[in-house]
Amino acid sequence: MAKTTENELESVVIRFAGDSGDGMQLTGTQFSNTTALFGNDIATFPDFPAEIRAPIGTLAGVSGYQIHFGSKKINTPGDLSDVLVVMNVAALKANIKGLRKGGVIIANSDGFDSKNMRLANVPEDKNPLTDGSLSEYDVKTIDVTKITRAALADSGMGTKEIDRCKNMFVLGLIYWMYHRDMQSSIDFITSKFSKNQAVMNANIKVLQAGWSYGETTEMFANRYNVAPAQMETGIYRSIMGNQAAAYGLIAASVKCGLPLFYGTYPITPASDILHELSKYKNFDIKTFQAEDEIAAICSSIGAAFGGSLAITGSSGPGIALKGEAIGLATMLEMPLVIVNVQRAGPSTGMPTKTEQADLMQAMYGRNGECPVVILAAQSPSDCFTMAYEACRIALQHMIPVFFLSDGYIANGAEPWKFPQSKDLPEIKVSFAPQRAADDPKFMPYLRDEKLSRPWAIPGTKGLEHRIGGLEKQNETGNISYDGDNHELMTHLRQEKVDTVANNIPLQTIDTGAETGDLLILGWGGTYGALKTATTILRGEGLNVSHAHVRYINPFPKNLGDILRNFKTVVVPELNNGQLVKIIRDKYFVDAIPYNKIQGQPFMSDEVVRKIKEILA
Amino acid sequence: MNEIAAKLTSKDFASDQEVRWCPGCGDYSILKQVQTVLPDLGRPREEFVFISGIGCSSRFPYYMDTFGMHSIHGRATAIATGLKATRPDLSVWIITGDGDSMSIGGNHFIHLLRRNPDVNVLLFNNQIYGLTKGQYSPTSEQGKVTKSSPMGSVDYPFNPIALCLGADATFVARTMDRDPKHQQAIIKRGHDHKGTSLVEIYQNCNVFNDGAYEIYTEKSSKKEETLMMEHGKPLIFGENNDKGIKLDGFKPVIVSLNDVSVDDLWVHDETDLVKATIISRFYDDPGKENHFPRPFGVFYVNNNKRTFDDLFNEQITEAKETKGPGELNQLLAGRETWVVN
Repeated sequence: MAKTTENELESVVIRFAGDSGDGMQLTGTQFSNTTALFGNDIATFPDFPAEIRAPIGTLAGVSGYQIHFGSKKINTPGDLSDVLVVMNVAALKANIKGLRKGGVIIANSDGFDSKNMRLANVPEDKNPLTDGSLSEYDVKTIDVTKITRAALADSGMGTKEIDRCKNMFVLGLIYWMYHRDMQSSIDFITSKFSKNQAVMNANIKVLQAGWSYGETTEMFANRYNVAPAQMETGIYRSIMGNQAAAYGLIAASVKCGLPLFYGTYPITPASDILHELSKYKNFDIKTFQAEDEIAAICSSIGAAFGGSLAITGSSGPGIALKGEAIGLATMLEMPLVIVNVQRAGPSTGMPTKTEQADLMQAMYGRNGECPVVILAAQSPSDCFTMAYEACRIALQHMIPVFFLSDGYIANGAEPWKFPQSKDLPEIKVSFAPQRAADDPKFMPYLRDEKLSRPWAIPGTKGLEHRIGGLEKQNETGNISYDGDNHELMTHLRQEKVDTVANNIPLQTIDTGAETGDLLILGWGGTYGALKTATTILRGEGLNVSHAHVRYINPFPKNLGDILRNFKTVVVPELNNGQLVKIIRDKYFVDAIPYNKIQGQPFMSDEVVRKIKEILA
Repeated sequence: MNEIAAKLTSKDFASDQEVRWCPGCGDYSILKQVQTVLPDLGRPREEFVFISGIGCSSRFPYYMDTFGMHSIHGRATAIATGLKATRPDLSVWIITGDGDSMSIGGNHFIHLLRRNPDVNVLLFNNQIYGLTKGQYSPTSEQGKVTKSSPMGSVDYPFNPIALCLGADATFVARTMDRDPKHQQAIIKRGHDHKGTSLVEIYQNCNVFNDGAYEIYTEKSSKKEETLMMEHGKPLIFGENNDKGIKLDGFKPVIVSLNDVSVDDLWVHDETDLVKATIISRFYDDPGKENHFPRPFGVFYVNNNKRTFDDLFNEQITEAKETKGPGELNQLLAGRETWVVN
């Protein structure tokens, strides 16, 4: 048996990279789940191409999955990785710059043969495994393909099928390196392939072969322990953003007592919300895959009219198509939640890459004066909270609400101290009651103290009324082209949004003091990177704080006061400057934009550098 | 329920809003016929919902004292689908025009028919854009001179009935604004059909396309130019009921009853899709020599295709039966949890 040294680490970043057919996403997810179960704090970042199967072996086909785990608080998937697993030369080429100097490379040598070199456009004489170019790294070369084939030689399976088990070898080896229990993955394989005993056994066998390889060869001199994190006490699970969003919607449906209708059209990266919701029909969750984005939102408007908790979900291009119907919902003053899992745009853009560039679209992207409420989640698990909040506000205020997520948090995972149903805020909904023939005429636009109108659903005696997209007289709802009335209604629709500020929490400072030299003001999925950067800056003695807005329209009432307590406000965003425009417009604060538009999340390190530069 | 229905009259379905179509518009007749038919349908007023898109016809819901929504252009079909899916207890009606349903809303229109929710579509076809003041529509004849086609439209028109059959509609019928009795009978049959009923109504726009259907509606030419279809009856038409349609293989031919016996004529069978498809193609320019008469009545009925709302909700019921009602705490906890002490 090989002699290995045991090492204690506070945190580790591993990146799995291979061809999109190599199963790297599955490998990453399995390692994440096991690691979360072990008690580490984690953050993950799947980074994959839009093509389902891009040409094998090419740079375009490289799929990556990064996980950062530790015994301390983990806010981001990590800037640079400590370990890079590469299944072929293209994966190495695409990811080497994200590996720290001195980091470990585990390379599948079969993926560095002349064919793979050619596909990755690497000259024949420049094989990185042999030409010395990786001398600054600790390279472990293993012929994963050969070992996998040997392990399954008597399985009776074909070579193609056997080769699909390669990722399990890598997973087993990494489990060995980090002392992880493989049972959760074995259970997963058992359940996933319950109908195909041969494939099930093959995967488990190769997983164990990976572990044994670490154990028996002398290649790995070090094994690592990463102790469980000190987290708030409680019961945890691992959750991904889109899954959390789906659960938030379901929870709202359960708590308000209305069936949920989700009208949608498949689009990356929002489709997983549909997939998740469609599993829970027993919760009275009704998912409708419409013929297009317009029908998706319109069917939801129909469901809202009928008294359902109605949701539509998409990404930027789909939201563009929904614009007119969002205007209709605004005119109808109907509760409707619009989910936008943002991706890099404009047009088709980069479907699998993240961006925060749809804030202006949510804020202003319709004809006429058409204000809607806008909320944004800041992390995978926060998608639960904010999706729930979106439903609560829509129902309590009879108003369309945007819930903004993004590809980064939608596909990222983290541990979640999940709530109990009883701890969730109440959502009380009441429909307008029936009326007798001699009651005064029903007024569909008569308003309560929140300025919201009654929800009068078809089938209720005495409430027969007509609504529509034409401007209407306040209270009666009759068509009106009167100028004064139009101005009144325009103001009322705006005031309805403003009134929501009375029904949301005040803004807090996430990290740092209430006053200081510089405030980092963020929104959406950049939360983890900004939090980590702030902690680093404060550790170096700089007087920097971080606040993250989750309620964007309207803003929390105290946001202006918070901004004025800092000499400088910096707004980092993954766009060309959107929140910063709204902040400047609303508060006359000379906020400084800091933008990254590469389809990739911020690295904490680059934020730290930028803030130092501003403070210098 | 019968008791309630017995008390209702057509006036109970008229809202307090002043009807604002142009004087002489065919829409008035359709409004009247619908208000006449509704009390006979045996449902309380609050169960009726009229949803429309945009266009002259789409003002319709404002004039009905029922629940109603005047929505956005072409989308009534999609809104109605969401409503019916979640509220199968309601009687849902879609009011649309040729531009609304077949131009801007064409996609939703065919998908509505494909899915077959139990809703009723009244398609007001006037072969023109009225509300935008007279441009050619997807049913305007080729060569039509309008404000937007001064040299004549180059577009070929849709044949709405053939389009609907192509989309696997389960109830397809045609009627006209100028024949109240026929209209009432067809609308009632449409309502009674379980599934999407599509009733195309030839409706005269007396401002921008006056007389488009004159040849079918005027007494002097009606009998010669129209073919009134009735299930189980031979296809007979003509001023003196002296002409008929005979099938020569798959080829329809016009015959004189002086030469051919009634027994040899094509007998209309609403349930025969192939025959409905042939008859839907009787769509000739009436100026053409030896043209076929324009058919009115029910082209096709399919009672065997399950409705979308039934199938959609059956899955919910089935899921509840097999999995039991959802338990939120269980869902949130998922399969794998760990405890931090």
